Amino acid sequence: MNYLLEIKDLWVEIEGKEILKGISLSIPVGETHIIFGRNGSGKTSLLMTIMGFPAYRVKHGHIIFKGEDITHLPPYERAKRGIGIMFQRPPTIKGVKLREILKLCAKENGIKIEELARTFQFSSFLDREVNKGFSGGELKKSELLQLLVQDPDLVLLDEPESGVDLENIHLIGEMIKKLLQKDVHRPRKKSGLIITHTGFILKYVTADLGYVIMNGEIYCKGNPLEIFEGIQKFGYEGCQQCLKRCEF
Amino acid sequence: MAEKKVDPKAFKSAKETRVVEDLSQLSPEERERLKLLGLDENIPHEGEFVQVDAKPILCRKKVEGLEVMPITQALKTFDKIGDYLWKVVSPEKDEFTRAVAEDLDDGYFIRVLPGYKLVYPVQTCLYIKSDKISQKVHNIVIVEEGAELNLITSCSVHPHINSALHIGISEFYIKKGGKLTFTMVHMWGEKIAVRPRTGIIVEEGGTYISTYVSLFPVNTIQTSPVCRLVGEDAKASFVSIIVNYPDSHLDIGGEVHLEAENTRTEIISRNVVYGGINIARGKIVAKAPKVKGHLECQGLMLSDEGLMMAIPELDSYYSDVELTHEAAVGKIAREEVEYLMARGLNEQEATSLIVKGFLSVKIDGLSPELQKQIDKTLELAKLGF
Repeated sequence: MNYLLEIKDLWVEIEGKEILKGISLSIPVGETHIIFGRNGSGKTSLLMTIMGFPAYRVKHGHIIFKGEDITHLPPYERAKRGIGIMFQRPPTIKGVKLREILKLCAKENGIKIEELARTFQFSSFLDREVNKGFSGGELKKSELLQLLVQDPDLVLLDEPESGVDLENIHLIGEMIKKLLQKDVHRPRKKSGLIITHTGFILKYVTADLGYVIMNGEIYCKGNPLEIFEGIQKFGYEGCQQCLKRCEF
Repeated sequence: MAEKKVDPKAFKSAKETRVVEDLSQLSPEERERLKLLGLDENIPHEGEFVQVDAKPILCRKKVEGLEVMPITQALKTFDKIGDYLWKVVSPEKDEFTRAVAEDLDDGYFIRVLPGYKLVYPVQTCLYIKSDKISQKVHNIVIVEEGAELNLITSCSVHPHINSALHIGISEFYIKKGGKLTFTMVHMWGEKIAVRPRTGIIVEEGGTYISTYVSLFPVNTIQTSPVCRLVGEDAKASFVSIIVNYPDSHLDIGGEVHLEAENTRTEIISRNVVYGGINIARGKIVAKAPKVKGHLECQGLMLSDEGLMMAIPELDSYYSDVELTHEAAVGKIAREEVEYLMARGLNEQEATSLIVKGFLSVKIDGLSPELQKQIDKTLELAKLGF
């Protein structure tokens, strides 16, 4: 199997507190995986660790991307190698326009910013301060537009549907599909790792494999829709009761 | 905080220096420096004035309704000069005003005749070429009734001089319905002391917009222009965009007196401190009812080896006024740096972009040309660690 990302027995702490306890998962090239979990279960911490934010200290284990051990690389080196992240709550950067960030994301990859912004009805935001006064849906669009311009091979999506109204959720789904090349028949080159606590994003984006994470550990993996149905019926309490820890 | 002592008597007279006759006698390096600050033939100007040390070497106007001349000439030829000279700045204010009153080098006199609204800026440049001198200038600007002027002043020094003092007395008069946009984009040097003393009077319905940009190292600046809004509906805004380096002592303020009904003002300062001492003062005095004033001071500390002081002051003699202020001093938010790092910027590039954004104040009423000039200076300053 040609894996884009491999996480091997990853133990992570933040400010001395253990938050990920022996996570292992592998994402083949072209696949999208989805992680379900309650708030505080360690989902966001996993994405932040994959992106390399220094507050998330890897105590043990490895992150392998395109065959290279990137466990101790800074975030910008990971971005350069083809990892991109959609933040759930991106910060406002005073005085910096979205257009400037898009130009920096694009570097010289030839992606046409104006055209892309027009396609996703976001042109009027290009000259606004990034994330300042953006609604929930606008924040997501801004994040996804940045990723579309950055054009990463592995896309990390942190709660892409949270805070988005019904009017916008469809468009956001379209942006994610484009990002993950869902419109392309195999072989796809883009891979994704989506985390969600509601799971509603599955109505708009298909995933190849699902996981449940609780207390910093992966408790289950399998068909994402089946897992989602189980969570909808029985909640995460159901997962706790019904699922024994998976053997990977 | 004690003020940084500068003794005007410790410097030689600028009149003692070797005289430069025109711009072509400056080195290519010097000309390039001035070009960066806006003295560029490709940028349209309505008039220009350049003084090197004590001597004006370029003085021209290109349009009707504008008068540009050295102040020493205006003293002889402008018959009403007595109504404007030392009227809003007292020659007895301090040792620096006294030094200019006793031994004036030169300076510019600019007047826009009633009703003339100049499209492009008038560019002035006060340049210090010689070491260890004090350049003592007196500038007078009169914007007559209903007239408009964009004035850019680019002050700089020879890149290799060791020390110098610039004292600039500026007296600005904005008559009824007039508008003066005054933009200072400066590139001093690490050993240069600067002591401007500025007074402004704005009459009924007049507007004064001042923007002070200092993004390059300088030894010390101490300035606090005093602006009096004496006619109804007059307004004034002061914006300072400052970068403070280690060993720099910058004490930059602005004081606006609201002396007539419906006058209003805004004083905004953005300060990035890499070290040294940065004092940002602002003072608004309400001397009439139905006036509005707002002070805003923000400081970004990028080092623990410095001091940032924000000193806002609001004084009111009436109840029916609206005076507000906000001040904030802090560091760069880690999450902003990391956000940009996730987009592929290294830490230095991310910090630089955040600092540039912090200093990018949108200035109402500033022409796009001036805004471009400020943006260009921000790019030039190579901000970041």
